[in-house]
Amino acid sequence: MESQAFQKIYTKLTNITKATVTLKATGVGYDEIASVNGKLAQVVKIAGDDITLQIFEGTEGIPTNAEISFLGRPPQLTVSDELAGRFFNAFGNPIDGGPEIQGEVRDIGSPSVNPVRRDQPSNLIATGIAGIDLNNTLVSGQKIPFFADPDQPYNQVMAMVALRAKTDKIILGGMGLTNDDYLYFKNVFDNAGALDRIISFVNTTENPPVERLLVPDMALTAAEYFAVDKNESVLVLLTDMTLYADALSIVSNRMDQIPSKDSMPGSLYSDLARIYEKAVQFPSGGSITIIAVTTLSGGDITHAIPDNTGYITEGQLFLRRDTEIGKVIVDPFRSLSRLKQLVIGKQTREDHPQVMNTAIRLYADAANARTKLENGFDLTDYDERTLSFAKEYSERILAIDVNVDTDTMLDITWELFGRHFKKAEVAIKENLVAKYWAQ
Amino acid sequence: MEKENRTTGKVVGIVANLVMVEVNGPVSQNEICFITLKQESLMAEVIKIMGKIAYVQVFESTRGLMPGSKVEFQGHMLEVTLGPGILSRNYDGLQNDLDKMEGIFLKRGEYTDPLNREKKWSFKPLAKVGDEVKAGDWLGEVNENDQPHKIMLPFKMKGTYTIKKIVDEGEYTVDHQIAVVTNGDGTETNLTMVQKWPVKVAIGDYREKPRPFKLLETGVRCMDTLNPITEGGTGFIPGPFGTGKTVLQHAISKQAEADIVIIAACGERANEVVEVFTEFPELEDPRTGKKLIERTIIIANTSNMPVAAREASVYTAMTIGEYYRAMGLKVLLMADSTSRWAQALREMSNRLEELPGPDAFPMDLSAVISNFYSRAGYVFLNNGKTGSITFIGTVSPAGGNLKEPVTESTRKAARCFYGLSQARADSKRYPAIDPIDSYSKYLEYPEVQDYLLKNVGEDWLTDVLKAKDVLLRGKEAMEQINILGDDGVPMAFHETFWKSELIDFVILQQDAFDNIDASTPMKRQQYMLSKILSVVESKFAFGHFEDVSTFFKEVINEFKQMNYTEFDTEDFRKHEQTLEEILNKRAN
Ligand SMILES: Nc1ncnc2c1ncn2[C@@H]1O[C@H](COP(=O)(O)OP(=O)(O)OP(=O)(O)O)[C@@H](O)[C@H]1O
Ligand SMILES: [Mg+2]
Repeated sequence: MESQAFQKIYTKLTNITKATVTLKATGVGYDEIASVNGKLAQVVKIAGDDITLQIFEGTEGIPTNAEISFLGRPPQLTVSDELAGRFFNAFGNPIDGGPEIQGEVRDIGSPSVNPVRRDQPSNLIATGIAGIDLNNTLVSGQKIPFFADPDQPYNQVMAMVALRAKTDKIILGGMGLTNDDYLYFKNVFDNAGALDRIISFVNTTENPPVERLLVPDMALTAAEYFAVDKNESVLVLLTDMTLYADALSIVSNRMDQIPSKDSMPGSLYSDLARIYEKAVQFPSGGSITIIAVTTLSGGDITHAIPDNTGYITEGQLFLRRDTEIGKVIVDPFRSLSRLKQLVIGKQTREDHPQVMNTAIRLYADAANARTKLENGFDLTDYDERTLSFAKEYSERILAIDVNVDTDTMLDITWELFGRHFKKAEVAIKENLVAKYWAQ
Repeated sequence: MEKENRTTGKVVGIVANLVMVEVNGPVSQNEICFITLKQESLMAEVIKIMGKIAYVQVFESTRGLMPGSKVEFQGHMLEVTLGPGILSRNYDGLQNDLDKMEGIFLKRGEYTDPLNREKKWSFKPLAKVGDEVKAGDWLGEVNENDQPHKIMLPFKMKGTYTIKKIVDEGEYTVDHQIAVVTNGDGTETNLTMVQKWPVKVAIGDYREKPRPFKLLETGVRCMDTLNPITEGGTGFIPGPFGTGKTVLQHAISKQAEADIVIIAACGERANEVVEVFTEFPELEDPRTGKKLIERTIIIANTSNMPVAAREASVYTAMTIGEYYRAMGLKVLLMADSTSRWAQALREMSNRLEELPGPDAFPMDLSAVISNFYSRAGYVFLNNGKTGSITFIGTVSPAGGNLKEPVTESTRKAARCFYGLSQARADSKRYPAIDPIDSYSKYLEYPEVQDYLLKNVGEDWLTDVLKAKDVLLRGKEAMEQINILGDDGVPMAFHETFWKSELIDFVILQQDAFDNIDASTPMKRQQYMLSKILSVVESKFAFGHFEDVSTFFKEVINEFKQMNYTEFDTEDFRKHEQTLEEILNKRAN
């Protein structure tokens, strides 16, 4: 921890809780960081000359006569092109054995972009995964999480999306990553020969959980450097935001704040929005796209973390195992990309919007037929046809191992329509049917 | 009014954006103050006073703020600046003009002028020397984007005044003195085109606020046809995330028959505001042929902007709405999402360590919401002219559960309920307004019924109730079919169900992204409803239950083609013809 000669050292703590310490001091600014016996801390409350500090590592072992010095500044990151290819911890210090970064020192958690200085996102991000490109098309400048149960391969899918997307930089913000997952990311990026455009800020399960709170801001400060100063397109991967929110609740509980739903702090919405709203498209061409992971417990999306996330992000990608085909699919019902209408039918073929909606409607009919079946009722001919359609649709479109271009996805879907349904049953605009209906 | 000797104080405590200030003089609740932080000064509002300590909520980040910082109180509450040039502006929640701010990032402590002080407006006097005037009376008018923007006697001037001087028709800036008035004891007041008003106080200078009675056309079928909102009415749209609240509000703001549209983006996504910035200057108002942006005002306090200003943003929007209503205009106000505003109240109430109500929201949440909704309405101004504010807010219920404090409080305040259903959104039945649970209380108002009778058609109301009935019976039939199985129910059940599906697919479902389908004028809605009801009332002969769905799918398909086709064109009639043939084949 850096310290400066003229800094005043305090040595008397008046209060210690699980996450915070309090002392008497003057000339201290709100949000400023401090060192408490070498541990990083941040000012969270000032009442007269009583200063309360939140200690990121927790307060275990801190004595009342700990040495406290204030650094006179909020948490910072040094930014420059040297960041590329490097791995850092939550404090922005290198963990890959490489040298310190030389460059400009910036406060993390910068102010918001003026909305009138934004551009409307309009560049499609192709991933080859039909469950995404066809039904939930991604656009640069978008923010979207994977909603997945902990046993689903969300990190793999995310890494695949990141590598296929054509972006200048990929920034990984890992929160509570297991060491295995950390090494997994390192490996796939390395094997893809992409390491030089990747920057990682990692807090693993071996690090104290509260440290995670710094990871998104570190990652996004680096992202803003490349997107604003260098006009680059930057993709930020945040995994796992549920663990980030858990850390928020740990701190607020330890500070005796009144919890709201699911023991989460009342400010959860604002806390998460501050991060996700960093996704942006600039008129100059620079952009920040955020793909995050929010793990669910038992698929419950009404829990405060996925719920608040869903209200903030521009859609969500819901992963689910389809037992019918034995594969993980992008669930067409709960998944949604809110920005897809900015590109589909415009940067993709004209029939894209209608084909997408119709296929999902027919897939929903299949779900109804399945319910009928489970309730022991006979199926109609239409029901039977929706079921066989659904199975093929799942296999050839929704499964995450699909990798084709969008025109092919559309052609496949028309082929399925033609094979399982009559024209009136699909109810698509006449001119499109005339043009694309599979003979 | 403004105090001579301003109270000052110094910062003694800070918790996030709640700051404790020790004051040396009188302060009032909701008074505005500025806190000095190095070269910046941060705007804040008093929200609680305990002895010598004023608790203020800061509208900015407090990073780096230290105890001892100087605070200067302003002697007034949070105010907006009212005058010509508000239309087409993009403001933040405190009415700073976002376009005037420099740089890519918002700078803390940067406050910009909401009005253009250089622009000249062509002013036409409406009152003359010697006239007696009261607050809100029209002194003159300027042309603001082709709207007759009235220059009024400021709302703060209570009592009766006599016009001593008024300028001739001509070109003036907003700060030019346009009139001089005197009160009873001869004191003169100089007037310009600009006035200020505190946002938390309703502008009440009108003669009467009757119950709303006029239909406000929105072009959205499941509103206009089934659950219409009125000019000056209130409505709310609750729904889980991603069910279409914002898309619906944007559709209404593009299509509704209003003179002025105010969009308050309250704690929602910046990209949604950008969509309005980008699209509205291109889109035409179908009624006037002018660009939509010309009648629109955007108040953007997106979710990443300071939380305290979120609450201010809805009040800023409402006050600007009241200002335009006082000019005799039809204002439509949209707030997305009122839940974010309630959450901002909750965050602050928790920091103040107040006793929490349900879900940790403040105890007076319900009162705050009701009070806000009550500012909407249709009014007769003092000069007999009318104006209105129609207010529609979205609600984002936690976990999609409608039994939460914000939804429940809003239900008490708003007269129309447009509940979005997750199941409908999942199956892409957009707009996902639940046809059974949603309601418009206005349909029960005799004056609204009377209006519909005279202006839409004699059978209209009966037809609407019939359609609602069909939907309800369809739902019951479907439940029976689900319980008893397709062949466990009489054929009539299938027919009933599919007749409700017909209404669902053709009237309720509407593609907001299709040029033609997006907006349906009332005349077309009426035509389609009567056409559909004629099908619903027909008897058909079916041999097998599967024939029912096959037949109705064909009928629905043809109706949908009509929805996608320009009304009353040859193409439209071609589909109508095909439809007739399909129907005739089945006729009993
Ligand atoms: N009328 C419609 N026609 C077609 N698509 C629609 C319609 N309404 C909603 N959608 C689809 O649903 C998506 C989500 O809609 P919207 O953004 O309005 O949701 P919301 O209820 O405002 O969600 P949140 O609470 O998270 O802001 C849209 O991006 C669009 O894809
Ligand atoms: Mg929305």
